[in-house]
Amino acid sequence: MTSEVALENVWIRFGDFVAARDINITIRAGEFFSFLGPSGCGKTTLLRAVSGFLEPSEGRVLIGGADMAGIGPNKRPTALIFQNLALFPLMSVWENITFALEVRGVGAARRRKRADELLELIALPGQGDKTVGELSGGQRQRVAIARALAAEPEVLLLDEPLSALDLKLRQRMRTELRDIQRRVGITFIYITHDQGEALTMSDNIAVMREGVIEQVGDGNTLYDRPNTAFVASFVGENNLFRGTVGAAERGAVTVETAAGALRARPATGAALAAGDDAFVFIRPESLRFDDAMEMENRIGAHIQRREFEGSFWQVFLDADGAEQPLKLSMVNDDAAAARRPGQRVTLGFAAELAVATRAGPLAAG
Amino acid sequence: MTPLRHLREFHRRNGAGLSLFLIGATGFWILFMIVLPQLFMADFSFRANVPPPKWGTPEHYYTLEHYRYMIYGGGGEGSFNVIDLRVFFKTIGAAMLVTLFDAALCYPIAWHLAQAARGGWARLMVLALVVPFWVNEILRAFAFHILFGASGVLNSALMAAGVLDEPYDFVRENIALYAGLGYAFILLMIFPIYNAMESLDKNQVEAARDLGASRWRIHRRVVMPHAKPGITSGCTMVFMLTAGALAAPQILGGPGSLWFTQIIYQAFNQAGNWARGSAYAIILLVSCIVLVLALMKAFKVRLGEIAR
Repeated sequence: MTSEVALENVWIRFGDFVAARDINITIRAGEFFSFLGPSGCGKTTLLRAVSGFLEPSEGRVLIGGADMAGIGPNKRPTALIFQNLALFPLMSVWENITFALEVRGVGAARRRKRADELLELIALPGQGDKTVGELSGGQRQRVAIARALAAEPEVLLLDEPLSALDLKLRQRMRTELRDIQRRVGITFIYITHDQGEALTMSDNIAVMREGVIEQVGDGNTLYDRPNTAFVASFVGENNLFRGTVGAAERGAVTVETAAGALRARPATGAALAAGDDAFVFIRPESLRFDDAMEMENRIGAHIQRREFEGSFWQVFLDADGAEQPLKLSMVNDDAAAARRPGQRVTLGFAAELAVATRAGPLAAG
Repeated sequence: MTPLRHLREFHRRNGAGLSLFLIGATGFWILFMIVLPQLFMADFSFRANVPPPKWGTPEHYYTLEHYRYMIYGGGGEGSFNVIDLRVFFKTIGAAMLVTLFDAALCYPIAWHLAQAARGGWARLMVLALVVPFWVNEILRAFAFHILFGASGVLNSALMAAGVLDEPYDFVRENIALYAGLGYAFILLMIFPIYNAMESLDKNQVEAARDLGASRWRIHRRVVMPHAKPGITSGCTMVFMLTAGALAAPQILGGPGSLWFTQIIYQAFNQAGNWARGSAYAIILLVSCIVLVLALMKAFKVRLGEIAR
């Protein structure tokens, strides 16, 4: 059984601090949904409001259409996987897994059987009698998932559960989590500051900044069609040009920047008009060497340095009039290998691949 | 690591002077404050009761008569020392009850301090717990006597409220004594439990709650197992000190009741029978240790855990 989760006009305040500001969102039943944002953006607070550990200051949390006001975390059809997993160290693995059943008064024999089934599901057969301390990080991760699933929740909430794992394991667990979600078919709500995790696993992602949802969409949309400067700078890598809108037409704007006039597609909802402060973003892989000088937007630059990453090169350039170096990614071939630091080059990009947003706060770093 | 390597590591970290002081001070403490007095006491308990001038003479021979006396008394074979035995078992039993009462009282306080109380409020609570203990133990006992006396605060209040028609003798019924004993060592119960609870990851409590556990089950399955070493440590100290308390029974005890320590006190200071006093003291000490170890075994707590 799976349920839709809806947040309606949710405000969460701690004294004067607003952790969540008028959140309206509907998470479809059975979907893998992520809240993505830097630490302190309010994503964990929202998760706690869904799990019942805190009540919104205003607004409603609905699970499966039912208002959750006044219903504690032990009575909600949700299960939460904690950032540090919070397994019970003084219980064996199987007791951990079936704790939710113990609470419901299920007999030991039936609990043991269910534990064995779940251990099978998480690929840890026969490990039920171990203590939690005897397991590796990845195994503990899986036990935490099994413990939450044993409660048969309609919605599984995950609070950055992979952050304690090393890179390799984290990447493997992404695939595994996505797999488990498809198999059990319940709604997963995933909290992360790691865009890689959000992009690879999620059906839909809400990007948050300072208690506000900046944009909701699937990974592709967020990457290709960011609505705000923050989303453009937070999701994936982007080159930025600051400027002022010179001319705005339907489907394209011209932004006067220190690197010259750049044409770009305006972001949805940006409503840019002549004279507005605006940012132009172009992805490193959309930026090209334009030796033939034929692309719509052209910038003169010097190659500063380059990094070899196997299948492609990262080239860093000092563009004329740009305050920070530009980054260009290109497939590793003979032409790419011929680009050397110090060379004078012309860069170009297509207007429809660049996005112009209203000037606004950027992601840190 | 072998003990020798421990010692070398200790020396390397602290240098010669500090190492010598630390080992010397600890050694002095253990030898002169604990081991030697107890050894002398044990030796006395097995010797005939003679005045000091005859110590070391043949009249100061070894005997089990004081231990025998504790069980059989001065009467002939077949009669038991009912008075002393009754006081002994009553003392042990009452000390256990006081310990249980303290544990039940302190667990919620420690829990509140460790997990719920914040900043200023937590500091205020700790102060409120600690400051009364700046008052001398004997003064505190007298204060309890006044509180529970026939014209004391409690009786006046209960009579004013119409609950009682005439003063209730809390002292004669030993209620004042148990209250005084219960309060005397309450900090030694709260702080070990608090220490143990403070190290509990709050997420574990939340995880249990999220999985549907009631408050009671969270405590039984998550908090109590985690705090068990602290609870044991607190119970051990409170039990030992209560069973060995002297001031509170002297001041708060009813006329018809004796604490076992008072019998020991009488043997030393009134009967001048140091040998019997020593034997009784050893009996109390050994009984308490055996009881504590047996209970630790029953509750599956190892000695090392208590020291954590």
